[in-house]
Amino acid sequence: MALLTKKDANLIIDPLTDNNPITIQVLGICSALAITAELEASIVMAISVIFVMGAGNVVISLMRDIIPSKIRIIAQLIVVATLVIIVDQVLKAYSYELSKTLGAFIGLIITNCIIMGRFEAFALANKPWRSFLDGIGNALGYGVILIIVGFFRELFGSGTLLGFPVLGDPIMKTGLYATGYENNGFMILPPAALILVGLIIWVQRSKNPALVEEN
Amino acid sequence: MSVNTDKNTYTIIFAAAMVVVVGSILAFLASALRPQIQENERFATQQNILYAMGVNENGDDAGSVNFIPTDRVGGEFDTYIKEQFVLEDGKTTPDEEAYLIDLKKQLSAKKKGMPYKLPLFIGEKDGKTSYIIPMYGKGLWDAIWGYISLDESMNVQGVYFDHKAETAGLGANIKMRYFMDDFTGESILDGTRYAGIAVAKGNNDPLNKIKDDNEVDAIAGATITGNGVAVMIKESVNLYKDYLETIRVQ
Repeated sequence: MALLTKKDANLIIDPLTDNNPITIQVLGICSALAITAELEASIVMAISVIFVMGAGNVVISLMRDIIPSKIRIIAQLIVVATLVIIVDQVLKAYSYELSKTLGAFIGLIITNCIIMGRFEAFALANKPWRSFLDGIGNALGYGVILIIVGFFRELFGSGTLLGFPVLGDPIMKTGLYATGYENNGFMILPPAALILVGLIIWVQRSKNPALVEEN
Repeated sequence: MSVNTDKNTYTIIFAAAMVVVVGSILAFLASALRPQIQENERFATQQNILYAMGVNENGDDAGSVNFIPTDRVGGEFDTYIKEQFVLEDGKTTPDEEAYLIDLKKQLSAKKKGMPYKLPLFIGEKDGKTSYIIPMYGKGLWDAIWGYISLDESMNVQGVYFDHKAETAGLGANIKMRYFMDDFTGESILDGTRYAGIAVAKGNNDPLNKIKDDNEVDAIAGATITGNGVAVMIKESVNLYKDYLETIRVQ
């Protein structure tokens, strides 16, 4: 028996393509704008969200029959906040440097609407294994967009990738800068992320016309 | 047996149980990990103080920030930091654990008009004496803090900045070497006034060759964090002004 049935595999593949949480559902935009000025931050955020969503979806799915529907949103919020705090505390104790890098993201993870969205839409109605796959899939879909946006913003905004100067030194005018090239200051501002996400949506929809809504 | 999860009593019991379970998990975790976390914070403080006075493992390239590793930082701290003081009501008292004083608490005590303590460290490296002052201020989103190391002429020997939640890639870059290194050599005095160091946009000195202009080049896209750094430096050196006047050479 294969590890994943076709239906299960789709839980992971769909959010990466035709049901992407950012480009199709337009969720999680706030953090996508806030932290993508650097590729490294995008990667760290993507990994954190993969963990929190995978674990969170499983916990919510396990509790799905006992959560009272009246207070389900609060219960979901508590689960995600608890998970994030546990990760934060454990990192502080055993990997202090990494915990400092993550510090700024803690609040952003808790308020990420994709996480609450998947708890609400999927984990409350499905078994743990499928919920886990759904969580991982959506977090990957979110992470991919984050990393694409982070890549272009850091490259064109700062001329670096993961902190390495790939285009030369803008002050000493070496590398590409010797030809008169300048960093685009707009790219490091949050609106640039909005435009990049818009471009990604455009490319995606023009490749797959089925995604375009008819009015 | 299935429970009716829509009943009010069930909802209340569930909420109460969840609070107890989650609260216990977090409380247990916090108390179990506290010694380890405090130890890490202590090392980090020592690393930051030493970093500001130039005791670090930075290479010649202006790349990453390299602290003294945690397994050696305790020893190096004892070697380089010769004296630790607490300033209180104009009095200077030696205190071996002044570096553990939480400046945030002291500043809020000061705001309320209560007595407060200001820690100060005197370090010595290669025969040069450093006076290291802790700083605390506000960035765009949350707290920023750091240390500034001064010599007797009130020139900066080094700084270290850190932040709680500034924007990655913008304000968060105050802890990058290209920003912190610019402060070295700058004077915090303008004549005899403790002017601090402004983080200036439209600075005509991006290579930072001019050291007596009380200015360093700002980070693009991080105006408010940069202004926060400038205000923090100015306010902090003014807190220690009376003490600094006693050690300043003309």
